[in-house]
Amino acid sequence: MARSLPSLAASVQQSQRRRSVRQIQEKVIESILFLAAFSCVAVTIAIMVILGVESFGLFQQVSIGEFLTGIEWAPLFEPPKYGVLPLITGTLTTTLVALSVAIPLGTTIALFLSEFASATVREWTKPILELLAGIPTVVYGYFALLFITPLLQALLPDLGGFNMLSAGMVMGIMITPLISSISEDALRSVPAELREGSYATGATRLQTAYKVVFPAALSGVSSSYILGISRAVGETMIVAIAAGLQPTLTFNPLDSAATMTAYIVQVSLGDLPHGTTGYQTIFAVGLTLVLITLVFNIIGHFLSKRYRERY
Amino acid sequence: MLETILQTTPLHPKVEAANLNFYYGNTHALKNINLILPDKQITALIGPSGCGKTTLLRCFNRMHDLYSGNRYEGEIILDGSVNILSRRLDPIEVRMRVGMVFQRPNPFPKSIFENVAYGLRVRGEKNRTTIADKVEKALRDAALWDEVKDRLQDMAFNLSGGQQQRLCIARALATDPELILFDEPTSALDPIATANVEDLMTQLKQQVTILIVTHSMQQAARLSDYTAFMYLGELVEHDRTEVIFNDPLNKQTRDYISGRFG
Ligand SMILES: Nc1ncnc2c1ncn2[C@@H]1O[C@H](COP(=O)(O)OP(=O)(O)O)[C@@H](O)[C@H]1O
Ligand SMILES: [Mg+2]
Repeated sequence: MARSLPSLAASVQQSQRRRSVRQIQEKVIESILFLAAFSCVAVTIAIMVILGVESFGLFQQVSIGEFLTGIEWAPLFEPPKYGVLPLITGTLTTTLVALSVAIPLGTTIALFLSEFASATVREWTKPILELLAGIPTVVYGYFALLFITPLLQALLPDLGGFNMLSAGMVMGIMITPLISSISEDALRSVPAELREGSYATGATRLQTAYKVVFPAALSGVSSSYILGISRAVGETMIVAIAAGLQPTLTFNPLDSAATMTAYIVQVSLGDLPHGTTGYQTIFAVGLTLVLITLVFNIIGHFLSKRYRERY
Repeated sequence: MLETILQTTPLHPKVEAANLNFYYGNTHALKNINLILPDKQITALIGPSGCGKTTLLRCFNRMHDLYSGNRYEGEIILDGSVNILSRRLDPIEVRMRVGMVFQRPNPFPKSIFENVAYGLRVRGEKNRTTIADKVEKALRDAALWDEVKDRLQDMAFNLSGGQQQRLCIARALATDPELILFDEPTSALDPIATANVEDLMTQLKQQVTILIVTHSMQQAARLSDYTAFMYLGELVEHDRTEVIFNDPLNKQTRDYISGRFG
């Protein structure tokens, strides 16, 4: 007993040391996690501040009313025109075309994969979709310009070389995997009891899929649509390459028009000196773009709350 | 035993399972089951957990067809003529005649009205008055009408658990099934809701044949006309409920009834 006392003390000491080492480890990991989370927030805030400050410079010379309601966008010409509407219609038109491809296609693929496909088919299809999602947008852009546009021109001889239809359609194909994979997850997480309840009343697979499973997954599915919208609104390369760079106030997808993003790349590629009005327009357009995306995200948030799954 | 039932009860058999075997892949879950469900009577399936009650119940509406690797052998004859298990018979045809109520209430993400109308819509019924009439009748039969008649357009999730389960019963009733399968329908309900659902089943007996799985022997004794005791995938004994509970032939049944196992 007497001899074991010192060794007991040693072991207590040792275990205390071990504990304090563990505490330090935890503290370190905790601060790393905090820094990681904080840096995201910090970067977001920094972006908003820069966008705000630079736009503020523009809005000293151009009224916000003129910016938001003017129907001509030509900030680098004489006399300059600062109406952002043509860029907004360009963005909305390409986005609408993209969604009219991506939502039906993505939803159908998701329903097929979750409700109809066998495990083997699913195993083959998913990597292909992931591949589609991994293609660089530059490649999509040239695919639109050099393949889809000529194809469309065969059907519509009057179609110009740059048009929003081709760019929008290819953008839709690009967004489809995003929509289909999120929707599929939402559909698959609908509990089996609900499906069985439908089958038990004599429903077919198809009826079960669109009358029960789809409505039950609506919150997840609609958030995939919102993400798709945000992605389409922010997409740059495809529209810059295939839709043209001429700001035009039009909702006709057969026309050529510039989107907000296309304007931003086009102008940033030139060498505009700091502090000029032209330089500041980039930030004002960027701010508009971020705000539009934000609005969609907020809508998406409320939609998914409204349709929150309750099984 | 089956013979004795037929001798002592001149009842018309609604459904008859003969030499029924069922496999989950290689698991032999049901072994040579022979079971008669008399018309417009309540038959209870009892037995320890994992003995195959749910598996047997789900054979009667071909629910096992939904998952691959499942295999039936033998026959389940409906009305002395149709073999439910026939490969040539579309399981949907079976489910058009056999309703089911699940262990946990599973209303669809729809309104109360649309939940009950679901089976009618699935059958292609378009006439709005027909649908409204049948929904009302089903809700009345499920003893739910008075509680929901003023809020038929509310989402079904807003109902209490017991109301949801009665809604699921109404959903099954709306399409006039000949047989309704209940898989432990009250296991997720409180005692008052349980009593409501039990009363309801006793009422329903006048119009439909009922097969109910229950883990509660009191429930089986209270509700059923016939009781079948299962053990390890086999049907050990099947007889009138009072016989099973008072004077079973088989020692395993007696042990189970007296609470010695399970
Ligand atoms: N989907 C399944 N795949 C494989 N085995 C299963 C499956 N479902 C149930 N079983 C097995 O079949 C047996 C009977 O199960 P079940 O019918 O659910 O019993 P009970 O309803 O009487 O509790 C159990 O041994 C169970 O493990
Ligand atoms: Mg069970």
